[in-house]
Amino acid sequence: MPEMAAPDRPRLAPGVRLHFDRTRDAWVLLGPERVVETEGPASDILRRCDGTRTLAQIVDELAVLYTADRSEIEGDVRDMLAELVGKRMVV
Amino acid sequence: MSAPQKLPAPLGLLAELTHRCPLACPYCSNPLALDDRADELDAATWARVFEEAAALGVLQVHLSGGEPASRRDLIDIVAAARQAGLYTNLITSGLGIDAARLAGLKQSGLDHVQLSLQDVDAQSADRIAGYRGAHTRKLAFARMVVEQQLALTINAVVHRANIGRVTAFVETAAALGAGRVEIAHAQYYGWALRNRKALMPTPAQVARAMQEMESIRADYAGRLVIDMVVPDYYGRRPKACMGGWARRSLNIAPSGQALPCHAAGTIPGLEFWSVRDRSLVDIWQNSPAFQAFRGTDWMREPCRTCEMREIDFGGCRCQALAFAGDAAATDPACELSPHHTMMRTLAESDASTADHEYQYRGRAAAAPATAIPVR
Repeated sequence: MPEMAAPDRPRLAPGVRLHFDRTRDAWVLLGPERVVETEGPASDILRRCDGTRTLAQIVDELAVLYTADRSEIEGDVRDMLAELVGKRMVV
Repeated sequence: MSAPQKLPAPLGLLAELTHRCPLACPYCSNPLALDDRADELDAATWARVFEEAAALGVLQVHLSGGEPASRRDLIDIVAAARQAGLYTNLITSGLGIDAARLAGLKQSGLDHVQLSLQDVDAQSADRIAGYRGAHTRKLAFARMVVEQQLALTINAVVHRANIGRVTAFVETAAALGAGRVEIAHAQYYGWALRNRKALMPTPAQVARAMQEMESIRADYAGRLVIDMVVPDYYGRRPKACMGGWARRSLNIAPSGQALPCHAAGTIPGLEFWSVRDRSLVDIWQNSPAFQAFRGTDWMREPCRTCEMREIDFGGCRCQALAFAGDAAATDPACELSPHHTMMRTLAESDASTADHEYQYRGRAAAAPATAIPVR
């Protein structure tokens, strides 16, 4: 599988949506024949993937949310989004 | 609410809205005896079932059939599914859905459309579907789905007549703008069993198809999700059929009978409950059919002590019944089953027959390979 890059203005792919699952008390990403459980900060990232925010903006917002340095966050955000691009859940 | 015991909550519900269908695919895995239109659950009952399913933990509903578009109240049913919070997937041939109806479905909250194609070559596709002109209409429908910005999966059931064109299926799906393509091998339950000899691919065909998929998968990464698995009859270990019996999903037949899997009705002696009489929670937890092969307690050797028992859950019960004559036996797809060689030999023998005349459901005689039955 070739390496994917995180998009500059990420959004959920068509047919993919973030859903709060009350039974399992967790955010899940729902797509065609796919259910991906999101852990920890993943749902905070995915909620911001609306196609209007840039990746840099998302990192900025998370840095505020977690009172962390943006350089610590950026790599993780990029890795997670790149992985989801490979699964075609983020475009 | 949630299940009080340690029972896992199901993730998926296959809602078979009707057995009516304009096509007559020889690989149809619906039972020989179909549910009558008069016995179909009404939209209000489906709405109740969807609410109960969501409360039970179900996240996705697959609206299937037959052809779900044969239901005049399909839009109401989709709206109810979405209102219950379910991810709503429509599994369709595309026939019977025009642009206005599709827009109505989208407006009701439809999340995803899965369209079946019988082949990439129109003449062959129409012959397989037993419906002249179906392929052209399906392509037009696919374009409409993409135009209306709905997510699209192309589903291709492959068998001896079309397995040589798996790459072309993927190319067609990509050209149509699908996000996912599913190459599914025909499974020999229900009506399909009658056509096994005419459908079974050779081991060489299957190996070639797998190889082709591996070599193009990377080209489509990030563009198109490609799902394809090795068919049971040429594999070495069984698949976790349904993710394990009564563990991750359930089926509701058009008349309301709740089944742990699509073909469970073929297993004699199982007691099925109906959503007309019981709540889905009650069925999930207590239905004798759901209890019958849940977990690992029902297993015998070699499954009982196998280290894979909680991974493949002993494979498919219906296949065990079909080949070993016993639904509690090890799935013959497993090389540890005493029936494994027999299954493979039978598949190879079927595949080597020259017979490729299909038996079409509801049609009097077998159609010769060259003729396209007209409805």
